[in-house]
Amino acid sequence: MTAAIEFRGVSRIYGEVRAVDDVSFAIEPGEFFAMLGPSGSGKTSCLRLVAGFDTPDRGQVLLDGTDVSSVPPYDRNVNTVFQDYALFPHMTVLQNVAYGPRVRGVEVTEREQRAREMLELVQLGAQGGRRPSQLSGGQRQRVALARALINQPKVLLLDEPLGALDLRLREEMQIELKSLQKKLGITFVFVTHDQGEALSMADRVAVFNKGRIEQLAAPRELYLRPATPFVARFVGSANVANAALAAKLGVTAQAFAVRGENITLQVESAPAPAEHVCAPGAVLAVQFHGAASRWQIQLDAGEVWSALVPEEETRRLNGLNVGARVRLCWPRAAAVTLIEPGAAA
Amino acid sequence: MRAASTFFWRRPYWYLALLLVPPLLWFGTVYLGSLFALLAQSFYRIDDFTAQIVREPTLATYGQLVSQPANVDIVLRTVTMAIAVTVTCALIALPIATYMARYAAGRMKALFYVGVMLPMWTSYLVKVYAWRLLLAKEGIIAWFVGKLGLTGVLDALLATPAVGGPSLSSSYIGMFLVFVYMWLPFMILPMAAALERVPGSLLQASADLGARPSQTFRNVVLPLAVPGIAAGSVFTFSLTLGDYIIPSVVGAPGYFIGMMVYVQQGTAGNIPLAAAFSVVPIVLIFVYLSIAKRLGAFDAL
Repeated sequence: MTAAIEFRGVSRIYGEVRAVDDVSFAIEPGEFFAMLGPSGSGKTSCLRLVAGFDTPDRGQVLLDGTDVSSVPPYDRNVNTVFQDYALFPHMTVLQNVAYGPRVRGVEVTEREQRAREMLELVQLGAQGGRRPSQLSGGQRQRVALARALINQPKVLLLDEPLGALDLRLREEMQIELKSLQKKLGITFVFVTHDQGEALSMADRVAVFNKGRIEQLAAPRELYLRPATPFVARFVGSANVANAALAAKLGVTAQAFAVRGENITLQVESAPAPAEHVCAPGAVLAVQFHGAASRWQIQLDAGEVWSALVPEEETRRLNGLNVGARVRLCWPRAAAVTLIEPGAAA
Repeated sequence: MRAASTFFWRRPYWYLALLLVPPLLWFGTVYLGSLFALLAQSFYRIDDFTAQIVREPTLATYGQLVSQPANVDIVLRTVTMAIAVTVTCALIALPIATYMARYAAGRMKALFYVGVMLPMWTSYLVKVYAWRLLLAKEGIIAWFVGKLGLTGVLDALLATPAVGGPSLSSSYIGMFLVFVYMWLPFMILPMAAALERVPGSLLQASADLGARPSQTFRNVVLPLAVPGIAAGSVFTFSLTLGDYIIPSVVGAPGYFIGMMVYVQQGTAGNIPLAAAFSVVPIVLIFVYLSIAKRLGAFDAL
């Protein structure tokens, strides 16, 4: 099957900065694909290359098997939902949605009919006559979605579309976007810096860092088996030990990660459990997170690690104050071996 | 000091009053007051025998303004020139303003802004007289046109009835060129400011939805730049309507509104007619803005 989108050794360089650095990957048709990374990691640059707002300095961008590196945005069968929605302020909601067919020469009654159908699809049927400025953030988001979908693109690009919404609306839209994608069966490419969003919605996630893809995998694998220290920290909020720290802790001198929920916290007098690795340290801070609390521990070996301790366990440990001596223990099997960038051949 | 600060912090209206009353008094008396005094004058008339101003409300002066063909000619001549200058300024300014707002960056942008404003640092009179020399029969423009072997074209242009003349400096074409040169910055700057406020993502969205650059320009850029174009055109239009120096230094001998105001309030001593002539630009600008508003020029504001 031909990939919906394929990058072949793509680089985009702005002056000294390699915004996209020799990136290759392929997205299958109908896939919900997330590009995850901190700001400046290259994920949005990649999206711009797909949309055609930018052209690669090296390599090729293929849509449906055709090299589109020099095809302008208006000739690509790709539509975008912008971060700021980019709704035209001088047009009504209906005119905004009907804009795609309008510039393609569809006559008024037909394009407005189609625009009304799209507005029904995003449950804004009654708002067609209003101006974008009269809508709430969530409604504008839906208008942007309807406007992007009316051209029936093969690929829909979403640039941090939920960033400006409050938490509840965001969670609602996550579910809605996912079901919309299932219903329409088109490829969604979703750019986000929120790992929770990427993990909960996407079929596969590409984790970007410094213009490169650090790891491309399904959400579960990314979370359970991160490949690099960056992915372990960014996706799983895991504790990472480099080779030197690993040696100090008495295990094989190779980088590894342990997620906070796999760590148990003990007072130093308690017997160390079998098949566990333990590291002594002192309590630095405790943050309440509802079902669990995050304990920050200054390890004697150097780093600050955090343990996610369930509420009843925290209550049992409550006598411990900042500065109290503790021991972090985790099962040997819970440690995930990592490849340190530059360390591997 | 501290007590005074606290006093005003607790009573924001007093603070606002302190801030606004002096400039409002100044604005009210000096600007509006004199404007209304002027308008009031236009409802007086001059006694033809004694040449004294008769201070009784009358529409006789306006009757004189609209009934005498010479006066109507002056108004039509000035308005035609103002429209021609405004349209030409808009056409020249649009690509320049677009480049300044959308493409230029850093030093290039600064260079353009300074370049647009630089002519305004020189005396207005110096520029007008300089243009008279440039446009003269033996001037550098005629010389350059001759070097290009296009003297025939220039002569044909000057032979055009109504707008032509013996030389550029004594024709309406020359006057038009000077007006366009003088008021161009007043069109470029508001236009560039308006274009600069159009978010880049709107242009990307338009292209993304399938619009070719010309369609994006027509459907997105132009409607959003219209308030800026309207503001710029009010400047060029009203400046041309009111100016009396350029028509008296460069161009054909026909009178313009500004010259008429100058002559009527000076040598002729007919203050009411001068006042009535000054009302014409005010009314025209008002009509222009009403039409622009009705056409939706300010909807995107």
